[in-house]
Amino acid sequence: MSELKCTPLRDFHVAHGGRLVDFAGWEMPVQYRSILEEHKAVRRAAGLFDVSHMGEVDVRGPEAGRFLNHLVTNDVGRLYPGRVLYSPMCYTTGGVVDDLLVYLRGPEDYFLCINAANIDKDLAWIREQAAQFNVVVTDRSPDYAQLAVQGPKAPAIVQSLTAVKLELIKYYHFAEGTVAGVPCLISRTGYTGEDGFELYHPAAEARRLAEALLEAGAGLGLELAGLGARDSLRLEAGYPLYGHEITADISPLAAGLGWTVKLDKGVDFIGRAALAAEKTAGSMKRIVFFKTGDRRIVRAGSPVLGPTGEVGRVVSGTLSPILNEAIGSALVNANAVLAPLAVDIRGAKINLQLVKPPFVSLKKA
Amino acid sequence: MSNVRPDCRYAKSHEWLRLETDGTATVGITEYAQNSLGDITFVQLPKVGVVFKAGESFGVVESVKAASDLYAPVAGSVLAVNAALDGAPEKVNQSPFDGGWMIKLKIANPADVGALLSPDDYSKLTG
Repeated sequence: MSELKCTPLRDFHVAHGGRLVDFAGWEMPVQYRSILEEHKAVRRAAGLFDVSHMGEVDVRGPEAGRFLNHLVTNDVGRLYPGRVLYSPMCYTTGGVVDDLLVYLRGPEDYFLCINAANIDKDLAWIREQAAQFNVVVTDRSPDYAQLAVQGPKAPAIVQSLTAVKLELIKYYHFAEGTVAGVPCLISRTGYTGEDGFELYHPAAEARRLAEALLEAGAGLGLELAGLGARDSLRLEAGYPLYGHEITADISPLAAGLGWTVKLDKGVDFIGRAALAAEKTAGSMKRIVFFKTGDRRIVRAGSPVLGPTGEVGRVVSGTLSPILNEAIGSALVNANAVLAPLAVDIRGAKINLQLVKPPFVSLKKA
Repeated sequence: MSNVRPDCRYAKSHEWLRLETDGTATVGITEYAQNSLGDITFVQLPKVGVVFKAGESFGVVESVKAASDLYAPVAGSVLAVNAALDGAPEKVNQSPFDGGWMIKLKIANPADVGALLSPDDYSKLTG
């Protein structure tokens, strides 16, 4: 039986009432006080998330940019130092290996943030694809911890701990500096739809930074928030979660992420041919987002019913504590998307109202 | 919050039953149950008048995590349901023994109550 991995903040979570669960082989807090209250705190003030389980990778060398532009579907050529790019990386089939962030730090110096559940798979894939390029791929995951501060009060909280002028860091940009004396890559990115920062820092400094952020945010309504709230927030924002809306069998086009697939970026990339064909023919199945007007959560795996029978299945579902109704996403046959769709919950037929996300209006930078 | 109330008896499935002065029984789920479930998002309760056998499911409690059946601790018919849980299911988390009560039963066989766990025995069950 393998042991669960833990972040440098494991004891900190326990000390603060965190309820630890197994997430992708990591012992992580699913909640502290309440998933719904933590979710609301992020939308109203700010939440502090330990996301140290995420993976970090250095990609360096004369062909780093060329390699990454071949590896991912979005256009790495648009990056300049200080800018961040969100992109899927795909198999030749157009299915997704993972979605990730690409940071350009300096000449020939890129930094990737990958999903915790996919670290081993991604590293093997990246290394295999890098073989023909003059690049060095280094797994930095054990060296980094990561804390996310998300919510309208996040900038004020982080600003109180740093001399870096945060108003100069635009959305999807970053700077390197210190926060509470801890060296950080300060990234204006996040997974909640709110304004905020993701702070990549040395693993040994995690507790010090977390305590400083908690103290700085105490008067502003900052709350510790767990992975449960992280999931309901991202779903409410309409963001995909690997393994749900994007998988090896669900391409970025099928998932509604066509904007991340730059077929015309001028270089070939892995999956380009398959994705170009899918774009021309249209995806056979599509991810749609829905709400129900009802509080009963529509669970992942539930069949989606159209006029002729089963036309898809739910891939994500939760309760939005802002809308007070069930929200979710489903993979549905493309030819059924315009038909009335429903699910069955314990014998009751619940209609799905399709929504173009975000479910709530977002105020990010 | 204390896990047990001395004036209740308990089912192994974590429902409590309290005999009221008028001889009816109030039923809900325990502190242990609401804590395990996490944020409760929906409670499905029966209609007044429905009859249940002991151990039969009388409803469903949904949380962000999962949905769980609710079991009648004794046989009886439903006299009242807590309509407040419709708009505020979180009452079950906040006040499982009071504001979070679920149904009131007319007990078919008063001797059934004795078969339920005492507060001490339920405490032992839930550590």
